[in-house]
Amino acid sequence: MKNSINREIPDEILKGKNYQAYTTDDFGTPVIQKVAPKLRATTGSEKVVDSLEDVVLKTVKNGMTISFHHHFREGDYVFDKVMRIIIDHGFKDLTLAPSSLTNVMNDIVVEAIEKGVVTNITSSGMRGSLGDAVSHGALKNPVIFRSHGNRARAIETGEIKIDVAFLGVPNSDAMGNANGMDGETAFGSLGYALMDAQYAETVVLVTDNIRSYPNTPASIKQTQVDYVVKVDAVGNPDKIGSGATRFTKDPKELKIAKTVNDVITHSEYFKDGFSFQTGSGGAALAVTRFLRQSMINNQIKASFALGGITKPTIDLLEEGLVDRVMDVQDFDKGAAESMHQNKNQQEIDASWYADPANKGAMVDALDVVILSALEIDTKFNVNVMTGSDGVIRGAIGGHQDAATAKLTIISAPLVRGRIATVVPDVTTVVTPGDSIDVLVTEVGIAINPKRKDLIASLSKIPGVPVYTIEELQKMAQEKVGTPKPLEFNDRVVALIEYRDGSLIDVIKKVKD
Amino acid sequence: MKDQKERLRRTMMFVPGNNPAMVKDAGIFGADSIMFDLEDAVSITEKDAARYLVYEALRTIDYGDSELVVRINGLDTPYYKNDIKAMVKAGVDVIRLPKVESADMMKKLEKLVAEAEKEFGIEVGTTNLMAAIESAKGVINAYEIATSSDRMIGIALSAEDYTTDMKTHRYPDGQELLYARNVILHAARAAGIAAFDTVFTNMDDEEGFYRETELIHQLGFDGKSLVNPRQIEMVNKVYEPTKKEILNAQGVIAAIAEAKRKGSGVISMNGQMVDRPVLLRAERVMSLAAAANLVDEEENYIEK
Amino acid sequence: MEIKKTAIAGTLESSDVQIMLSTGSNGFEFDLESDVAKQFGDQIKETITKVLEMYNVKNAKIKVVDKGALDLVIKARAIAAVQRALDIVDAPKWEVLK
Repeated sequence: MKNSINREIPDEILKGKNYQAYTTDDFGTPVIQKVAPKLRATTGSEKVVDSLEDVVLKTVKNGMTISFHHHFREGDYVFDKVMRIIIDHGFKDLTLAPSSLTNVMNDIVVEAIEKGVVTNITSSGMRGSLGDAVSHGALKNPVIFRSHGNRARAIETGEIKIDVAFLGVPNSDAMGNANGMDGETAFGSLGYALMDAQYAETVVLVTDNIRSYPNTPASIKQTQVDYVVKVDAVGNPDKIGSGATRFTKDPKELKIAKTVNDVITHSEYFKDGFSFQTGSGGAALAVTRFLRQSMINNQIKASFALGGITKPTIDLLEEGLVDRVMDVQDFDKGAAESMHQNKNQQEIDASWYADPANKGAMVDALDVVILSALEIDTKFNVNVMTGSDGVIRGAIGGHQDAATAKLTIISAPLVRGRIATVVPDVTTVVTPGDSIDVLVTEVGIAINPKRKDLIASLSKIPGVPVYTIEELQKMAQEKVGTPKPLEFNDRVVALIEYRDGSLIDVIKKVKD
Repeated sequence: MKDQKERLRRTMMFVPGNNPAMVKDAGIFGADSIMFDLEDAVSITEKDAARYLVYEALRTIDYGDSELVVRINGLDTPYYKNDIKAMVKAGVDVIRLPKVESADMMKKLEKLVAEAEKEFGIEVGTTNLMAAIESAKGVINAYEIATSSDRMIGIALSAEDYTTDMKTHRYPDGQELLYARNVILHAARAAGIAAFDTVFTNMDDEEGFYRETELIHQLGFDGKSLVNPRQIEMVNKVYEPTKKEILNAQGVIAAIAEAKRKGSGVISMNGQMVDRPVLLRAERVMSLAAAANLVDEEENYIEK
Repeated sequence: MEIKKTAIAGTLESSDVQIMLSTGSNGFEFDLESDVAKQFGDQIKETITKVLEMYNVKNAKIKVVDKGALDLVIKARAIAAVQRALDIVDAPKWEVLK
């Protein structure tokens, strides 16, 4: 059947996996039953183990669901260490349920898939060789892509039941009190891993830094932890976050960033006490810098900045331009290290950040968010998952979640190389057009026609032309030409869940 | 095309002629003029390739309201004849000749341009010209160069070669360019064409860039040649009229309209006589204000 | 016209395309490398073919390394390459430029 945004969802998927098709971005107020994990009581005297292999053999069984976090990003050693043991011992039919998969994990996941060790995956995203393998049908069952908020929801409702969570931490004491902000491999907020610590049946902390008891501040608590494994190194500090944040010098990116700032400051949301999320990447950092100047000029302060945090956002906190930073992950060292000094830099878990099945999440209070897009179509639907060749190379991240903000801005160039960003129909819908309010490109902006209020307030920004999204799409097409449509096989290789757990789209096997 | 005399030429952005990424995006930064470079930015082995790339870009890409200029190779090279033909055929607004030292050089260019226009069935006189002055001799002959052709829209100082010719180099305070700038400016004004200042290449020295732009703005230059799109906003900021200037200009224009309605010959505002120079200045202020988005469609000042 | 020598035009920079022409005997033999080959491969070949036909070239080996070039860039590079391959760099065929 076709869902409400006209995407074909095969009936056997809907029936076979008991899925609802996507209908609306309004979650409503349903009654939710949460689950709680089983546990084995202990006083904790035997938690510390020297051999990761022993713990894996003791805890993992064929067919189980195992999880990891991706806070070490491209500097992660823990994932590889654990998966190596699992593959070498010939485990079968595991479900991999990490918060996301970074490039450094690709090779070993591909190997695990090829050997039948991993037969199911749910993740925020994947890239590179792994995305390529999955898009070519390497995995037995379709990958399920979930946003950060949706992963939290699925864990809480038991749709993802984690048997064993292997959580790398830059420090822990012998009982499992740990945080992400201390030590050589500090990455800041443990936001995504906190879900696993709370809901996995077995929680294994992996650390290279055992501290005296009790270790505080404790983000993961001893009440949640079964084992603490000491290893030589959990990560490469140089690859965990980007070092010094480099401000883009690309004139096109700067122009887009400046226009994004113009849109924000001309909207009704730009007033004392507003809130925002800018994300990472060169253009996002530029927006933060422009926004800072506008806040100073207009004597406006923000109540909070949300989501993935960078040093420029911490600078706003320290300058008193932002009251609170609500921090689910830190993209650079500056942001990670400042968690100590700034009591107003609050670590939040993925549920608090973005889970719709909640008694309120931070994104519900969010005024302004700037998000990116690989493609956006004339219905404002956004793709951040599949590339121009149809191959998986992205991540939902918090895209669907933060897009529920009052003013959701997509910042993207009209075209990249010969590939149009603004298209008649996106290859894969990740975030529905109903959530998107304004598209900002280097040539001008398009406002979602449903937002008549924004059309009124944003139509007369000096030097910012307003187009319909159809006009922008035509402009892009005139530049690059009309591409030949991509061809896919019928086999579904991945499912895109909306944040409420319904199916918003599927990804099919690419034809080469 | 806008009236050539009134046209704003605050920013002339250089674009390397053989760089597709920069050529295709040159139109998005709001430069008053875009100058595609076939000369110094293109290596000798790629002169032909750059010529075709700029040709196809001029024929295909919509650069909006920007004036389109091409700097061709000098008359002392083997490339200029084909450059002229290709650019005339492409329908470029202005051909800029480098290293101009005499009116004869411009006349030679004009002749070739006219021939090309005839060859390709373009109305003779369509293609405008400008000269870059890069030597002591060029400065001395600035006025004859500026008045060498009806097609002339401007002359530009090119300081790198000029300072070398003068046995000096560029200094932060610009004293070494003072004479050349003033001569070129006077020649341009006497000829009724535009005067362009030289490039400023150190992108890390924002303060120096503002200092130089404020100086040439004060002297009376129409604008400046630029090496990076990021400089456009900075120049425009310097050329932005103040609120007081805008309100005054509006007063002048209103007083003239009022006098015309009454059929009165002498126009005065706040007890001061409004004569032609005052009106011209007011009109230029209003066109700068419009370009800087400081007034709305009805020319009302927009409070920041 | 026969291709006189192997000639290359364009660079491997983003948004550019590098086209190498050499003598062939079997019509146009393309070797295309492009990230957008799936969507634009046919159009890239067509653009180059049209340019070659305007020069009356009948046979050529054509190696194309595309870095996301727009059609106008492909055309410009094809013209430069064929002028070089035919050894007529200094005497452009003006009627080819549209």
